[in-house]
Amino acid sequence: MAKRTLRVGYPGNYREVEVDSPDAEPAPWDADSKLAVVGKRSPRLEGADKVTGKAKYTADVKLEGMLIARVLRSPYARATVRSIGFAKALKMPGVKAAIEIAKAARFQGDPIAAVAAETEAQAEDAVRAIEVDWAVEEHVVDLEEARKPNAPRVQGGKNPNERGGEAQNTAAEEACSSALKKSHATVDITFTTPVVTHSCLESHGSVAKWESDGSLTVWDSTQGIFAVRDGLARGFQLPAEKVRVLKEHMGGGFGSKLGMGQHSMIAARLAREAKAPVKLMLTRKEEHLAGGNRPSSVQRVRAGADKEGKLTCLWLVSHGTGGINGGANCAAPLMSLYNCPVRRVWHADVMTNAGGAAAFRAPGHVQGMFALEGAMDELAGKLGLDPIEFRKKNDSNEMRHAEYGEGAKVAGWEGRAQLPNAGGPGKARGLGVAASIWGGGGGPGAQARCVISRDGAVEIQCGTQDIGTGTRTIIAMIAAEELGLKADQVRVKLGDTTLPYSHGSGGSMTAPSVTPAVRAAAAAARGRVFEACAKALKGNADSLTAKDGKVVAKDGTSISWAEACAKISGANVSEQATRAQNFKGYRDGTAGCQFAEVEVDLETGHVQVLRVVAVHDCGRVVNPLLAESQINGGIIQGLSYALFEQRILDDASGRMLNTNFSDYRIAGPKEVPEITVVLFDVSNGRTNTGVMGIGEPPIIPTPAAIANAVAHAIGKRISDLPITPDKVLAALGKK
Amino acid sequence: MPADRPEGLSRRDFLSVTGALAGAGMLAGKSSAEDEDLRKAGGGLGPAPVKFGLRVNGNDHEVTAEPRATLLDVLRDSLDLTGAKNACDRGECGACTVIVDGKAVYACMMLALQARGREIRTIEGLAKGEDLHPVQAAFIEKDGYQCGYCTPGQVMATVALLEKTPSPSGDQIRAGLCGNLCRCAAYNRIFEAAASAAKAK
Repeated sequence: MAKRTLRVGYPGNYREVEVDSPDAEPAPWDADSKLAVVGKRSPRLEGADKVTGKAKYTADVKLEGMLIARVLRSPYARATVRSIGFAKALKMPGVKAAIEIAKAARFQGDPIAAVAAETEAQAEDAVRAIEVDWAVEEHVVDLEEARKPNAPRVQGGKNPNERGGEAQNTAAEEACSSALKKSHATVDITFTTPVVTHSCLESHGSVAKWESDGSLTVWDSTQGIFAVRDGLARGFQLPAEKVRVLKEHMGGGFGSKLGMGQHSMIAARLAREAKAPVKLMLTRKEEHLAGGNRPSSVQRVRAGADKEGKLTCLWLVSHGTGGINGGANCAAPLMSLYNCPVRRVWHADVMTNAGGAAAFRAPGHVQGMFALEGAMDELAGKLGLDPIEFRKKNDSNEMRHAEYGEGAKVAGWEGRAQLPNAGGPGKARGLGVAASIWGGGGGPGAQARCVISRDGAVEIQCGTQDIGTGTRTIIAMIAAEELGLKADQVRVKLGDTTLPYSHGSGGSMTAPSVTPAVRAAAAAARGRVFEACAKALKGNADSLTAKDGKVVAKDGTSISWAEACAKISGANVSEQATRAQNFKGYRDGTAGCQFAEVEVDLETGHVQVLRVVAVHDCGRVVNPLLAESQINGGIIQGLSYALFEQRILDDASGRMLNTNFSDYRIAGPKEVPEITVVLFDVSNGRTNTGVMGIGEPPIIPTPAAIANAVAHAIGKRISDLPITPDKVLAALGKK
Repeated sequence: MPADRPEGLSRRDFLSVTGALAGAGMLAGKSSAEDEDLRKAGGGLGPAPVKFGLRVNGNDHEVTAEPRATLLDVLRDSLDLTGAKNACDRGECGACTVIVDGKAVYACMMLALQARGREIRTIEGLAKGEDLHPVQAAFIEKDGYQCGYCTPGQVMATVALLEKTPSPSGDQIRAGLCGNLCRCAAYNRIFEAAASAAKAK
């Protein structure tokens, strides 16, 4: 390990820290680093493919002799299959294979059987021809019904549907009662949030092909190619190297595509059965039913503060359902955001006969922040304190303090008191604020290889995924920076399990985990180029630098990159690096805050979000254009969650009533607010790039900020998402 | 109205062979010579595949597809034009947007047979060789996408909008694109791209 002194912090607040960084790695970038490529607004490298329709997604893969699969899914929330007959289905035109998947269904949409046929229409026809004798069983889909002692058992047997308990290191009930009793002001509010689906536009899906040597190649719409590879290898009892998973472009995941889905196994089983490649893409309805979801929550929050506005107690009792599986815990913001001497959390996951949950952009945090920040605003009101002042009194993160200051200026917080009447007759405006908190520092293990050829061509190979976040582009930028080239001179190969390993793309982990490996690999390969061309420049390899497309000696003499690479003996140089542990630098999490301005129509109850000011940090910003896109997307998904989205299940039948995009509404062009992004460029000194992730942070505060803005506008708090017009009218006493 | 427009397809004949195709009222009208040929060749309009012509991106293609096949299915499966995407399959998201006779349409909501004799434009026909259409260039410059799955539809909807309204206001852009969903929510930048392309023209 090498001891290095770095300047860390953010503009206006820098300090020096000493870090231990691996000897083999280039010196970490810090606040003083002058970078030519990194930090610039650069369009995506795959842009032309995306705007011309050339970009191939899993749904677009077409192989010789490929069949299309369709799945028979249970129409019942709970049932067993007494008998199943494929004879008719197998005789249908074009049908080549049929498989049984399960004999019991635990939710509407649970896969039971599947067929593969020459066309999609034939496969659909054949699924309808499968004869099933169902034994329909009692189900429960309602969260509260499922908690009752006599509710049908979702997992069967005597297992209770509810699994709950106290959080670790949580304060005793008595300590909370006592702290709340002594408080100057207290609030006690129950917040509820619905189940929402990811609604990725490209559904989950796979194309599976068995090769003649018994190995399996799968194109998969996934955020984690290695997770799919390992899942398939386990499923078919193959060594991992016999399974290759590919994913060049992917049409949205948001967490729902992190693990291997059942569809991948189904496609591969059918392909084996039919002896032909099989494509299985879920339909929109299947996607809503079985593609994953964000669990619901019921969160009772009690909070107290003293006269000075210091929190005395935070208390959360919550439960929620992620259907047949999946944790619904949302306590993280309450446990981590504010300083508070007494904290208690009790939570229960409740099983219901509905599709299982999956990670969804900032799992738990979005729900939890909505409740916590709603309670904070109410408490500020009782204390007669400004919501930002109250937050700052209880938040020791200096960066978020600075972000509140900047955001308040941009959002016009000063004029907030006059805002409710600014909308004109029949309208009320409001301005709300909420905080974000997330990790985003990444972790060790990601690998990257840099191959530099004699002709000067540079290729970075990394088995990561670009899920629309811009990973491909920032990898090229990092390597280009190190090699003194332009980003478009670097070819990036990703999305293939034959490349060096990387993690699934989730949790804002990709950029911070991958970029240090890419930089280290590029630096090592550059060293090999320097060795090869040192003689030509009459210098030592370690005295050379690479910039502006040249290799430059200490005395200023230089040769072009191409000339330098021509000195490589053999075809190329190739160096691989593995991402090290984070070192102790400035700080390990991201802060952030958002301000939402809304206008409420007092006649119709319609809420329009006019503007969102988003202040975020994500370490070193590699490409502001792409970072801002991530933030825009998080905000609008958060807005969609706050105002529109909810999965609606019919209690009696256990079926979902809104399995499309007309009845399950997601935000569209008319709902989009003006967005102002303020990015804090932070030197965090924790890796050789200091990059952090920005996938999750921007969705976390949005629903809370919007709910707080609505409360500010109409003087009544709506604590039940989504904030639909009927709830607004009810709050206004008009319904 | 050209004689070979889909309105020329006999509804009675169509329904007699495909069974209940509720919603097909738009197909009412008198039968055309081409339909006669189809019937002779295929023994009727379905359910078996029939051969027919489609004009896509200025080229004439002969395709064979079941009468129930949508324009989207035929573009993607028969013509290998996979730019238009299937995301909802029921006219709600716009990922399949193509331009038919100058108008942005959901290719998942039009039967391929209905598109006979019409001028179909898809994302694949927009660039002239390496030269991108101004809307395409603007999407790249403004980062008007993230995952890119809805992008071909967004680009085609924008092209159709600008052909009709060359200098749209902000509200006109939103209205023109409100049939296209983007789950990554690149909307603000799609609007910027549309405005920028309008200026560039």
